[in-house]
Amino acid sequence: MKQVLSVEDMSVTFALHESEVHAVREMNFTLAEGETLAVVGESGSGKSQAFLAIMGLLAKNGTAGGRAMMGDINLIGMAPSQLDLYRGKDIAMIFQDPMTSLNPTLKVKTQLGEVLVKHRGFDKQAALKTAIEMLERVGIPEPVKRANAYPHELSGGMRQRVMIAMALLCQPKILIADEPTTALDVTVQAQMLDLFKTLTQDFGTSLVLITHDLGVVAGVADRMMVMYGGRAVEKGRVDDLFYDPRHPYTLGLLHSTPHIAKRAARLDPIQGLPPSLEHLPKGCSFNPRCAFAFDRCLEQRPPLTDAGDGRQKACFYEGPMAYGQVA
Amino acid sequence: MEQGAIKPAQPVDLLEIKDLKKTFSISGGLFSRRLTLTALEDINFTIRSGETLGIVGESGCGKSTLGRCILQLLPPDEGQVLWLGQDLTRLPAEEMRQRRQDLQIIFQDPLASLNPRMTVGDIIADPLRTLRPELNKDERRARVLKTMEAVGLLPEMINRYPHEFSGGQAQRIGIARALITEPKLIVCDEPVSALDVSIQAQILNLLAELKDEFGLTLIFISHNLSVVRHVSDRILVLYLGRIVELATGDEIYEDPKHPYTRALLTAVPIPDPKLARLRNIDALKGEIPSPINPPSGCTFRTRCRLAQSYCAEKRPPLETIEGGRLVACHRWRELDAPLEAVLGV
Repeated sequence: MKQVLSVEDMSVTFALHESEVHAVREMNFTLAEGETLAVVGESGSGKSQAFLAIMGLLAKNGTAGGRAMMGDINLIGMAPSQLDLYRGKDIAMIFQDPMTSLNPTLKVKTQLGEVLVKHRGFDKQAALKTAIEMLERVGIPEPVKRANAYPHELSGGMRQRVMIAMALLCQPKILIADEPTTALDVTVQAQMLDLFKTLTQDFGTSLVLITHDLGVVAGVADRMMVMYGGRAVEKGRVDDLFYDPRHPYTLGLLHSTPHIAKRAARLDPIQGLPPSLEHLPKGCSFNPRCAFAFDRCLEQRPPLTDAGDGRQKACFYEGPMAYGQVA
Repeated sequence: MEQGAIKPAQPVDLLEIKDLKKTFSISGGLFSRRLTLTALEDINFTIRSGETLGIVGESGCGKSTLGRCILQLLPPDEGQVLWLGQDLTRLPAEEMRQRRQDLQIIFQDPLASLNPRMTVGDIIADPLRTLRPELNKDERRARVLKTMEAVGLLPEMINRYPHEFSGGQAQRIGIARALITEPKLIVCDEPVSALDVSIQAQILNLLAELKDEFGLTLIFISHNLSVVRHVSDRILVLYLGRIVELATGDEIYEDPKHPYTRALLTAVPIPDPKLARLRNIDALKGEIPSPINPPSGCTFRTRCRLAQSYCAEKRPPLETIEGGRLVACHRWRELDAPLEAVLGV
């Protein structure tokens, strides 16, 4: 299948007063046309920063290294003026809180129209018509009325849809969604996830879904990448990682997630806390929380290596991992 | 009353809510008249000692308001909140303050609910200062340390400030503060929603352990149905400020009677790719209507696939059906197929 994005050896570093923090290191992945890749991890795992870097949206003290190739174009290190040729048009990003992404002083139609006028050279009339069609397509009832509303007049689910509509106006090849349904109620979340499936299946959009919710991943993603302490620790097809996790952290996440159809007496969570990126443990970053860690894990960092069948993991442990052992 | 005084073999009705109603008056705009928003209406239920009652519903359904009305943090407009038969809504302020030892709350955003200028030790000890003034400094400190241990905080953390803690640890501080008065009932308002998955599971396990250890009764408010399923004995489903269903966790999750409960359950993401693909989501149309101008008759009818014309005319009463469970729907008997077909389990 055609690759639309290829990230090679990407890193993200933030300069602090007297030191620097490596938020993302040695990130490698590809994204195929129409594919949904889930990027899973907890706060501080680097999952959001990696994609902000690709979009050129890092905070001022942040720098990105490596390559993010969209065709022959490397998005990393590109000047903002040049990035604007692609951002919004070929690659778009949506965020958890739509209110911080929409301009509260402009009507929905103005914000949507602007995108079309700027990127696709539409005149105002045509822009309005297309904007309303897009609102309808993302499932907004009474699109004409909503187009004339200000963001604060819409509910959370509606705003999220407006943001998705805005991201889709230019029919981007790649849509990056950072926790897009975390703030929504389950019923609205289900509608949004359905919309994502339609996008990838009918429009061939490639979707990157950044989330901490394994339920959401199971429902929509084809492949997943699990991140911990700024690095990918396991990658592969969703079914492989859910039914046969090879990294103790992936296993731990699965056992920490309550399942609506199964009521266990106790969850089997990962002990301890996620590491601070400033003070990552020596060796494997996960070793202080890992039930399978042995001498080597305390000294050396396991590289991300092929584990057969198109999957990769960064772990020295090769033995069986049974339920109840990540305790 | 000391802890354990009310821990008989037979559970008792600890709390009884009768005909509770809560409205808010809100501004309709600069020159408009004020509008009335009915947040809760016709709320009737009982909580037995030692149980965990889950309260679920979408944003704006009134679940947090209900928790606050029970604790008298918000005064209800009408109705009674009976604590072992005593109506808390009519209790004089001073007596209510004493009663607060028995009824505590844990909030969603752990860091926002802790005073950033107080040390952890002072935050946890704070309720004791007002509720147990007879304790001296050493006694207070001893209790604080004991409580910190119970929630998994290290003694050396006692002099630190909230910003030095992660979300999960901050929530442990919030739990310790609730626990220190030796309460009988704790209202947990979205206690794990702001936490990372692995930490969320740690806190849920901690709450379960504390419940067993101290014989607590919990009201667990959450929008996350998987979490509620995990912790609750019985579950109350709210829609637009009204109870639509109340039953045991197994009954609710295996055989929901209200079309809203069923729709909610089918929308919950399942962390299992094969099941997730098989599943038919019983998608709800549209969004929750405005509580300022709720639909006539059954308030759920605008989104219900079973709705008939008579649903717009008559509000369905909360009926007691087989097994003593409660449901408010004219057509619950017509709700088809068991849920397993939908959840694929």
